[in-house]
Amino acid sequence: MSRVGELLAYAHQMELEAQERYGMLADQMQVHNNPELEKLFRDLARIEGLHAADIAKEMKDRKIPDLTALDFEWPDAESPEAVDFGDVHYQMVPWQALQLALRAEQKAQAFFEHFVATTGDAEARRFAEEFAGEEEEHVALVLKELRKYPAPSDTPADDLDPPVGQD
Amino acid sequence: MTSRGHTFAGDERDSISLAIVGSGGAGALTVGALLLDVAARAGWYGLMTRSVGPQIRGGEAAALLRLAAVPVECMAASFDLIIAIDWRNAGRFAAEMPLSRDGLAVGDPRGGEVPEAIMASGAERIDIPMKDMAKNIPDGRPNMIALGIAAGLLGLPQAALFEVMEKRLADKGKGAVAASRTAIEAGFSEAGTIKRTFRLAAPDRDGAGRWLITGNEATGLGAVRGGIRFAAAYPITPATEILEWLAPVLSGLGGALVQAEDELGSVNMAIGASFGGKPALTATSGPGLALMIESLGLATAAEVPILIIDVMRGGPSTGIPTKSEQSDLNIAVYGCHGDAPHIVVAPLSVGDCLFTTQWAVHLAEATQTPAIVLSDQFLGQARAVIDRPADVAFLATRRVAERSSENAYCRYAVTADGVSPMALPGMAGGQYTADGLTHNSAGLPSSQAHDHHDQLAKRRRKIEGFAYGHHWANIEGDGDVALLTWGSLTGAAREAQRQLAAQGIATRLVALRLLSPLQTEALAEALTGAERVLVIEQSEGAQFHRHLRAQCDLPGEVRRLSRAGPRLIGPEEICAAVRQWRS
Amino acid sequence: MASPEPPRFKPADYKSATKPVWCPGCGDFHVLMSVTRALAELNVAPEQVAVISGIGCSSRIPAYTSCYGFHGVHGRSLALGAGLKVARPDLTVLVMSGDGDGFSIGGNHFLHACRRNIDMTYIVMDNRVYGMTKGQPSPTTEPDWDSALSPGGTGLRPFHPLVIALASGANFVARAFSGLPNETAAIMVEAVRHPGFSFVEILSPCVTFRPDEHDWKGLVHAAPVAATDDPARAARRIMTDDGFNLGVLYRGDRRPYEAPASSAIVDVEALDREFEL
Repeated sequence: MSRVGELLAYAHQMELEAQERYGMLADQMQVHNNPELEKLFRDLARIEGLHAADIAKEMKDRKIPDLTALDFEWPDAESPEAVDFGDVHYQMVPWQALQLALRAEQKAQAFFEHFVATTGDAEARRFAEEFAGEEEEHVALVLKELRKYPAPSDTPADDLDPPVGQD
Repeated sequence: MTSRGHTFAGDERDSISLAIVGSGGAGALTVGALLLDVAARAGWYGLMTRSVGPQIRGGEAAALLRLAAVPVECMAASFDLIIAIDWRNAGRFAAEMPLSRDGLAVGDPRGGEVPEAIMASGAERIDIPMKDMAKNIPDGRPNMIALGIAAGLLGLPQAALFEVMEKRLADKGKGAVAASRTAIEAGFSEAGTIKRTFRLAAPDRDGAGRWLITGNEATGLGAVRGGIRFAAAYPITPATEILEWLAPVLSGLGGALVQAEDELGSVNMAIGASFGGKPALTATSGPGLALMIESLGLATAAEVPILIIDVMRGGPSTGIPTKSEQSDLNIAVYGCHGDAPHIVVAPLSVGDCLFTTQWAVHLAEATQTPAIVLSDQFLGQARAVIDRPADVAFLATRRVAERSSENAYCRYAVTADGVSPMALPGMAGGQYTADGLTHNSAGLPSSQAHDHHDQLAKRRRKIEGFAYGHHWANIEGDGDVALLTWGSLTGAAREAQRQLAAQGIATRLVALRLLSPLQTEALAEALTGAERVLVIEQSEGAQFHRHLRAQCDLPGEVRRLSRAGPRLIGPEEICAAVRQWRS
Repeated sequence: MASPEPPRFKPADYKSATKPVWCPGCGDFHVLMSVTRALAELNVAPEQVAVISGIGCSSRIPAYTSCYGFHGVHGRSLALGAGLKVARPDLTVLVMSGDGDGFSIGGNHFLHACRRNIDMTYIVMDNRVYGMTKGQPSPTTEPDWDSALSPGGTGLRPFHPLVIALASGANFVARAFSGLPNETAAIMVEAVRHPGFSFVEILSPCVTFRPDEHDWKGLVHAAPVAATDDPARAARRIMTDDGFNLGVLYRGDRRPYEAPASSAIVDVEALDREFEL
């Protein structure tokens, strides 16, 4: 099996998982009435979807290992580009969400850079360098976006309503 | 039907009531069962109940039998014959076997003190030293002597008695059988020396083809015939025999009975099995039903059919576990929080336990609603000789969803008759989440008014619009006095009706089998023209009367004859109440 | 002639269109992800799976899957699942609830489900709090956790579900952490495949009432001891548990529950004979 195939599989999976993750976070924000965050996460999901489609094009005529989600071995708990479910909050502001997206892109970049540094396969390295570069661009884009938003004040947002008991 | 004569030796009666009493493992109940068996084979009808002390074994026990040429559905007001293997602690039962002045008490003189009530009855007493006699027979037992005495006095065929005894004691070995035979013969001899007989009119045929069965067994059989193949239960008196009977039968049919850790587990296991498509039941008594109420509501809200059999006993709380009462009606009908209408039925006799339970399975499955069967200790644990029950064509008929390529499946679609097809796990495209939360037609949780109202209306419509047919009640006879009752008191009311007719008083009997949804229109029609309505029930709080009055007006003048257990309301009391009223 | 390939299910096939109402930050989102991945790995058709729950935030999960589901009453999910599995042994039954539903009101059913060893999998999302009712202590809450109903803490020793499961006879006992979704999914796969009653406790933080649980990701760790098939060894090993040991503790070989089989096949028509004179 070509290392390229494996690399492409990993890259594709990363984008898919990022797309799925942002989509779920958008849904959460929709259900919790935070339209600004919903829009932000939907946009991010859409963008990750485009990345995934690009990689899928590269995969078309190649031999790609048939891996399920459980087969991937990531350096951390999850795929590098998936924002941790535990890091969001229903009152978060776009600045905070973009910080999470920034971290995700940085981790993705680091993932490919590590691959570049450790692979012996020339073709795979070429792809990995390309992906690392793309992630670097994404980082820059997120930083640019971040500049549009004010950092939140030190005092956290306050929900004046008490929690509501349900079932 | 001739009226009862009080005659002595040589004359025949239309009904004989006798009791066998004994303690400490004497085997009084076995004697009663054997007598009933032989009488049944000879062609008589009969009913046997029992009364026991609080001990698990070795306690005082009384087998109470009534034999007649026609089906027996209640005990008589007085007893003709008591045979006491011993009298120890028998005072406990004295009120349940009031010996008539013309009666006879045969007891072992060394068997303890004769109860005060027996002495005070004025009846003849004869001493027979059963224990000593048994000692003279190797491996002889006093209860077999008592059996011989009773059978002799009743004129039951000795050969038939040997046959049933041998079958019963088969596993005790040849020695026990031979000893029992000798003892029975000795008992017959003793009976021959007593210048009295207790003979019934000879039956016109033998008992072949009839059944000897308890209410609990009939209930189990009705359930299985109705299609039940899964049961989960927690043992409780007096329902446990249903479980004992069902366990091997269900596993032999490819089904299962699971003993759960408690009633909450039982009812939920039944709900789970039914959700999977298998008609399921649990059986309990009042305290268990109380525990199950929350989950009864779940099954109602999620529209999962189950059968809950409640063999009622004395309440409230732990109550009198070994006695009968009709005081679970309230909780069965009204016990759920929220508005959760469901089906409640009650068998009218031991034989009717089969029909009513089978019908209840059909109702539950057809309407996708829980159905409660209110049996009681009297029916459940009574052993009766009955005519062979008619074969009934109900079968569990659940409306099951079929795979469709059309719109997404809606489990709780609002249909005209209120019943929506139920998808069973395994069918692709039918996936839904059953929920106790109020939901919309797709089964998704909803707090919207229209969804809540639509679903409540759907669930009410499906059971109120169902065609129950004439099974909702038995309406027998006609007259301007109506005897209005339900469940197990039907037998006493029927006999009262016969006694009153013999005295020239015509009555109409209306015995409800379907308690909820109450068929108010049919009831009004059944009572049309009644000038007096006597509501008869075994409940201190008059739960049945209040249930009726909550939903309809009763015509004419209404009186109630309602009392708690343990002493069951009998025909004579009903007659007295009617006669008093008319004067 | 080769038979057609059986369908290969993907995780997305097990998710419904219903958007969860869980708070953003809730660990149960990860658990849902793990369930879908585990089911895809098992490649069992969604209509062959039943997800049974009780009451609580985590018990909302059945409707978020595309499997058959039953959202029952509080504490009785194991009984629902047991009845279903005995009646329909062909189904894959997952019982899923929380620490309150499972260990408080459901405690009795938990004990007996472990004893009974019916072949099903019980997944408890343990967040050490009653979230749905606004933050009361649960049986697994630390004794000094302050709350309105127990100011200063309950002072009670926390319930240890793995110990109870092991002692009561569960055939497979494991703990996972929601924040390690692939590991959790792998444990779920093993749990489902393992015959008999499998119990998996998943530490799943509650963002709203236990924000301190965000630190769990730094506290969880692989258990320092390996899984064992010896209950006595497992019992000794659980003494080393700091509450954050992850992994499989015990894989037993008890035979799964079988409803009593009758030697005689019963014919319904012939049942009369028992009563006929």
